[in-house]
Amino acid sequence: MPRWLRFLVCVLVCVVFVLPLVAMVVVAFTPRDLILDGGAGLWPSRWTTDNVTGLFDRFPVWQWFRNTLLVASLTTVLSVSVNLAAGFALAKLRFRGRGLVFLIVLSTLMVPVQAIMVPQFELVARMGLIGLFWAVVLPSASTALGVFLARQFFLSVPDELLDAARMDGCTYWSAFRRVVLPLSRPLIAVMALLAFMTQWNDFLWPLITLRDPDLYTLPVALSFLQGQYDADYGGLMAMALLSCVPLLIVFVVLQRFFVAGFSRSGIR
Amino acid sequence: MTTDDVRLVAPAPTETTEPPPPQRRRIRVPVGWLMVAPNLVLIGLFLLVPLVWALIMSFQAKRSFGPGHWSGLENLGRLLGDGVFWRAMLNTGIFTLATVPLSVGIGLGLALLMNDALPGRGFFRTIVYLPIAVSTLVTSLVGLLLFDETVGIVNGVLRDLGLGTVRWQSEGGWAMVTVVVMTLWSRIGFGMLVYLAALQDVDKQVLEAAEVDGAGPFARVRHVVVPWLRPTTFFLVVINLIWSFQVFDIVYVMTNGGPGYSTTMLVTYAYDEGFGAARNFGYGATVGLVLFVLTLVVTAVQLAVNRRREV
Repeated sequence: MPRWLRFLVCVLVCVVFVLPLVAMVVVAFTPRDLILDGGAGLWPSRWTTDNVTGLFDRFPVWQWFRNTLLVASLTTVLSVSVNLAAGFALAKLRFRGRGLVFLIVLSTLMVPVQAIMVPQFELVARMGLIGLFWAVVLPSASTALGVFLARQFFLSVPDELLDAARMDGCTYWSAFRRVVLPLSRPLIAVMALLAFMTQWNDFLWPLITLRDPDLYTLPVALSFLQGQYDADYGGLMAMALLSCVPLLIVFVVLQRFFVAGFSRSGIR
Repeated sequence: MTTDDVRLVAPAPTETTEPPPPQRRRIRVPVGWLMVAPNLVLIGLFLLVPLVWALIMSFQAKRSFGPGHWSGLENLGRLLGDGVFWRAMLNTGIFTLATVPLSVGIGLGLALLMNDALPGRGFFRTIVYLPIAVSTLVTSLVGLLLFDETVGIVNGVLRDLGLGTVRWQSEGGWAMVTVVVMTLWSRIGFGMLVYLAALQDVDKQVLEAAEVDGAGPFARVRHVVVPWLRPTTFFLVVINLIWSFQVFDIVYVMTNGGPGYSTTMLVTYAYDEGFGAARNFGYGATVGLVLFVLTLVVTAVQLAVNRRREV
């Protein structure tokens, strides 16, 4: 394929991919009456910031941001620690039942959350966690993908490196801290990014467990607003835009870690 | 078991105040287990316990929290004769057949397109990746904005072009199309990212050798690159299949299973039965378990096929 043609195809593909986001931004700044009258368009005759300011007047938007940030950060810290340790053990330590443990972890991918939602809710309720952020954080900390990525990464770390550290007199834990952790910076970056994004965007489980509008995370708030605004896409898109801008920025800035993490995971 | 592992795992005697362990073997076991333990506890508590509980519920008539009463195979019997359930099975199948090959295939196509040097390549890639960071809720709401029949953007454009409007929301087939389109938008970037990561490791020398041997660009892709990417493709197919089987958010927000039952999926049906107006926990759990078993079977078949090919 000649270069100019490839370039042209790339431009077209990107237009298609960016279009939904452009539509979101434009409608977020389109006056309500224009949408209700002539329908939403990609270039309105008038612009407004009323949709955004109206949101802040009517709803605890900052609170929603704080909730989401808190929940996502807690999950990230817990999830990276737990999955990193497990991934390392599954790749580098030999112990009886290791294969079985890996199989159990992977098989969690196949359990649909919705299939176990009712008993899961009852369990969390009995633990007294309903209305607490822990109800959202704890069940989502262990992820098959996180363990899998960590394991694949550590499989590619040569045993000799760890042995050398041991021979130089490192204790087991200091070898882990001084040799393994610095090595796994790209891995930790991708795991953290994945965990943070997943939790920032998670919808169904927070919807069930966080019943109070003051506790809502952003996706739950969006679903709540869908009911409040009905066909008023202006306000809805304003909130959608606000909710995804921070993550889009983080993602674009850290993108190379993401790609690097996957290329070292050995899923070639 | 090699001596290397032992050296790595067993603590040196000077490091511990405890009496030296009688056998190295007894030390080796705990460290590995200690490191996987937090993970296993979380999985056990929040996944396996509810899973077993769901299995118990599927044999119960349970309409509220607290204990239910046994109803034997009633739920399963109802399931077999339930037209909506079979419709949900069919819809999930159609959705899966549409989304998995397209997500993986387009992901591969775009990865190949954007792998070689090209002005603005990094920018193009970033644009396609962006939906990865967009939540399914935002994706679904934007999908509604695009495909709303009355005020939506797509119909607005079609109207302006004089092509007439499409009944995206009131006609079942079109509603399915909108759900599939938004799913693809949110997934293709991930496929492309994983493929691009894998493409960085393709052996350049083999490619050059193929070129010297007279293989054209298409033949090189087909006979060198695609076989090289097989493990990646396998990973993407498995994960996309699971995602498609478990599709919920986009359907729930965009169509809520409608119009009628034309986009009802297994998971949205399980949710409606368990948490919706019906509040039939036992039946909801039964539908969810069917999905679980289906996922297990399909994944096991794939693993078996993949293994046979590798041998």
